[in-house]
Amino acid sequence: MADASAYPATPLRNETFSYLPAMTPERIAQQIAYCISRGWNPAVEYTEPEKSFSNFWYLWKLPLFGTQSVEHVLAELEACHRANPGMHVRLIAYDNYAQSQGMAFVVYRA
Amino acid sequence: MGQKTYQAGVKDYAKTYWTPDYIPLDSDLLAVFKVVPQEGVPREEAAAAVAAESSTGTWTTVWTDLLTDLEYYKGRAYRIESVPGDPTAFYTFIAYPIDLFEEGSVVNVLTSLVGNVFGFKAVRSLRLEDIRFPMAYVKTCGGPPNGIQVERDRLNKYGRALLGCTIKPKLGLSAKNYGRAVYECLRGGLDFTKDDENINSQPFMRWQHRFEFVMEAVQKAEAETGERKGHYLNVTAATPEEMYKRAEFAKELGAPIIMHDFFTAGFTANTGLANWCRENGILLHIHRAMHAVVDRNPMHGIHFRVLTKCLRLSGGDHLHSGTVVGKLEGDREATLGWVDLMREPFIPENRTRGLFFDQDWGAMPGVMPVASGGIHVWHMPALVQIFGDDACLQFGGGTLGHPWGNAAGAHANRVALEACTEARNQGRQVEREGRDILTEAAKSSPELAIAMETWKEIKFDFDTVDKLDVQ
Repeated sequence: MADASAYPATPLRNETFSYLPAMTPERIAQQIAYCISRGWNPAVEYTEPEKSFSNFWYLWKLPLFGTQSVEHVLAELEACHRANPGMHVRLIAYDNYAQSQGMAFVVYRA
Repeated sequence: MGQKTYQAGVKDYAKTYWTPDYIPLDSDLLAVFKVVPQEGVPREEAAAAVAAESSTGTWTTVWTDLLTDLEYYKGRAYRIESVPGDPTAFYTFIAYPIDLFEEGSVVNVLTSLVGNVFGFKAVRSLRLEDIRFPMAYVKTCGGPPNGIQVERDRLNKYGRALLGCTIKPKLGLSAKNYGRAVYECLRGGLDFTKDDENINSQPFMRWQHRFEFVMEAVQKAEAETGERKGHYLNVTAATPEEMYKRAEFAKELGAPIIMHDFFTAGFTANTGLANWCRENGILLHIHRAMHAVVDRNPMHGIHFRVLTKCLRLSGGDHLHSGTVVGKLEGDREATLGWVDLMREPFIPENRTRGLFFDQDWGAMPGVMPVASGGIHVWHMPALVQIFGDDACLQFGGGTLGHPWGNAAGAHANRVALEACTEARNQGRQVEREGRDILTEAAKSSPELAIAMETWKEIKFDFDTVDKLDVQ
């Protein structure tokens, strides 16, 4: 058997999809489209990395209730990122039937 | 109303308890039994006997029967159906008035329904196939202490299934070595690790030592990854007093979740612990040791879907469900049936999944199914397809058996899960395209690549997984 490879010092992660390669715009758009197709309401949140363990990140504007536009959501994510350089920006999708989030992942890692 | 006169002696059960014209009330508790009667006993008589012996009846008339309104309290056999493919057996449907049962007590329900009647001589074998709990009864039970939605919020896990691993070897590790195994799994990307059910507080590792080392491992992995983690600390003990002592200590250490074996410990202990968890904000993982003793024989015992319903009423946030893939594959439809019973608010009658009744849980929280046992990365596409997001997938050997160790094994499973979840959301057929999805993901994860290489020999499982899609 080949030698075991050493697992590195534990890297910081950001929950869902943070073990995959960084998202491309196309992949982000596909996930947004999925959220919209499920009837969920997209929203954008951001925070300083050192505060990211909190339940409550800053809410960017208001959730984009009822939006059917992937471009709209992408544009808000980008606007949040530009206004808050050095912060994590994540997409969340409110599932109001389950009273939970159907999806949440960090789009821009600080 | 002195209209009845007392006549001592034995009379046919069917005269009193076989009521084919009865229309069940919404408040009735309904049950269906699979019955094989003794030779020469008519179906109606056997059905009525089951109804009688599981409710108000006894073998002979007694004068005190006339001091109450037995017409109100008796169970009623109201329907008989043949069992497909088995002429020796039949199903009997029985309606019980709700006042036969103490509120909030699955203990009391089971004592009646699966009590003396299972040793009754007039039937050769008996199996409780399903129970319809009326909403009026559901509302008297505490149910899951937290539920799926609260668990997701507490642990910040959204948009994917949860990942776990049972620490092995299940017996014999010291507390510090055990904590090491936990730490490696969690820092590699798992959400949970789990005490093996056999681990209580043996001489090689007393519970206090385990709890302390494990919680250090959990908290260190959380700090390093920035993600929330947990370990199911097994508080199952010889006495309720000891169980609560362990639960209190887990809480003191900041554990987000504890674990209980509901069937060996019993429903009284479980319901009490679930109440404790609700009051203390701790998640409750439920293991099901001993279930197969009563639910595996198709002719005699209690079906697992009944145990599932009883556990949801008694309380638990996780419950082992089987994995569907691998050895349990033939039970795919049945498993999907009880997985729905765990986590959906309303489950309609569906005979192809073994569901005999509509079951309405009202606002009762859902239980997260746990798929555990003999699964590895090659099963991930099928697991994502079958279970969706609201499940905990537990890879024991599939994590710890990775040639580079636990952290790399955990990492491989996490990459596989996220890749399959992303692909599903993109509209891809995850089960059918599983090999492509994993191969693609492995290009950026050597941990996944070596895991796929290690377990590729288990072709049988993978081929079988593929076949499931066209069933």
